[in-house]
Amino acid sequence: MLIPHPLLGPRDAQEFTYLGDAALLNRPDGMAQGAEAAFFDYTYLRDNPAGLHRELWFHEQGDRSWLVVTRDTVTHEIVSAELASDVKRRGGA
Amino acid sequence: MQFNGLRVLWEGLTGHRGWKPLWRDPEPQPEYDIIVVGGGGHGLATAYYLANTFGEARVAVLEKGWLGSGNIGRNTTIIRSNYLLPGNEPFYEFSMKLWEGLEQEFNFNAMVSQRGILNLCHSDGQRDAFRRRGNAMLLAGADAELLDQDGVRAMYPFLNFDNARFPIKGGLLQRRAGTARHDGVAWGYARGADRKGVDLIQNCEVTGFRIEGGAIRGVETTRGYIGAKKVGVAVAGSTGRVMEKAGMRLPIESHVLQAFVSEGLKPCIDGVITFGAGHFYVSQSDKGGLVFGGDIDGYNSYAQRGNLPVVEDVVEGGMALMPMIGRARLLRSWGGIMDMSMDGSPIIDATHVDGLYLNAGWCYGGFKATPASGYAFAHLLATGRPHETATAFRLDRFQRGALIDEKGVGAQPNLH
Repeated sequence: MLIPHPLLGPRDAQEFTYLGDAALLNRPDGMAQGAEAAFFDYTYLRDNPAGLHRELWFHEQGDRSWLVVTRDTVTHEIVSAELASDVKRRGGA
Repeated sequence: MQFNGLRVLWEGLTGHRGWKPLWRDPEPQPEYDIIVVGGGGHGLATAYYLANTFGEARVAVLEKGWLGSGNIGRNTTIIRSNYLLPGNEPFYEFSMKLWEGLEQEFNFNAMVSQRGILNLCHSDGQRDAFRRRGNAMLLAGADAELLDQDGVRAMYPFLNFDNARFPIKGGLLQRRAGTARHDGVAWGYARGADRKGVDLIQNCEVTGFRIEGGAIRGVETTRGYIGAKKVGVAVAGSTGRVMEKAGMRLPIESHVLQAFVSEGLKPCIDGVITFGAGHFYVSQSDKGGLVFGGDIDGYNSYAQRGNLPVVEDVVEGGMALMPMIGRARLLRSWGGIMDMSMDGSPIIDATHVDGLYLNAGWCYGGFKATPASGYAFAHLLATGRPHETATAFRLDRFQRGALIDEKGVGAQPNLH
């Protein structure tokens, strides 16, 4: 798979390590009410869709940026890739 | 139709014209006592034990494709019970014991071959860990032997013992482990269930659950609504997709695992060998092909095929372990979709819906567990209580912090 890095262009997916669902960007507030349930949900439960999936890839063998990649889990087609920092600044995944 | 040697001889002499289909192709009835969703190894085994051991008369298996079309037909056929943790090892040893009597029990040749599995260790620390695991196996009634380098050399002289980076220091041997004919297991359970009156309904995809007042009433399928008092779901790989219809989010990601077979070779590997420094496991099929595999690809996937980097990684592991295979050609590779759970261990439990039960999260260890998984799931469906060897496989263990993290890598499904 080739990941279209927003700064570096198409890069081999082997340069990246995979973390999982981009919803992991939305870390719950540990001090808020119901934090225990929220962290259970955050740590363990996944949507696991068959189809388009927004997911975190870390460019470990490259510029060490985190990307949010939108990829089809049925065909492995990659639709888009953006910097996770941009996504986070826009208010999360 | 009972199989026996005389029958095989007779059919051989008369042109094999007397064989009949091994199971019926029934129309779904309007209602069953128990519906098992998923006609793979675990679903068929569940139906078999429900009808045969627990005396349930009105049972159906619903399968969206053909029987055994999922991971039971796509694995590397290894059976073993060499686990460490108390929540796991008694269950897998129970499975191993069921494997040992399986063919006589369901009167079908599943080609169970106890050819032994050898886990190689490459450092002193790894040997200590294997000694501990071997002791845990012995405590659970399994068999285990720790071999030193000479012991391994006597069994497999062709291994790369003096590899500068990963010298082979010894291995943990389980002689009762081995391989089985994967499709034969599915067919044997299917035939056994059918003979006890279970309806095996193929090309029947479950499209939804009918839930009223928090209790299951039946399932919507591509062949119409079918009522049921209890529904058990055993659809590894598709668990997320199916349980979503019951409003559940699960501690599971779906990942693709590839497996490979080489061209047919003369007999050279008579057991199962696993590489302890990379991830590579190999055995030789009766046709001569080396059957081997390695890690999952590592990203969420529902495609039953993987990518080339993992092919390269697995084959490098093989070359590091046994350089003699370097000139063998790869014949085929394929992929299967794994339910990768958050701690690497399975789930056999009731759900928040009364009468709806879940069997899932087998990661890439589902094949060896087929008999015990079916037995334990049938026990749960028939009695409402978990089987004594499967009490730890609860869905709420993640919430309680009671994980069964065999590898100790935490909530990272792609590392298990």
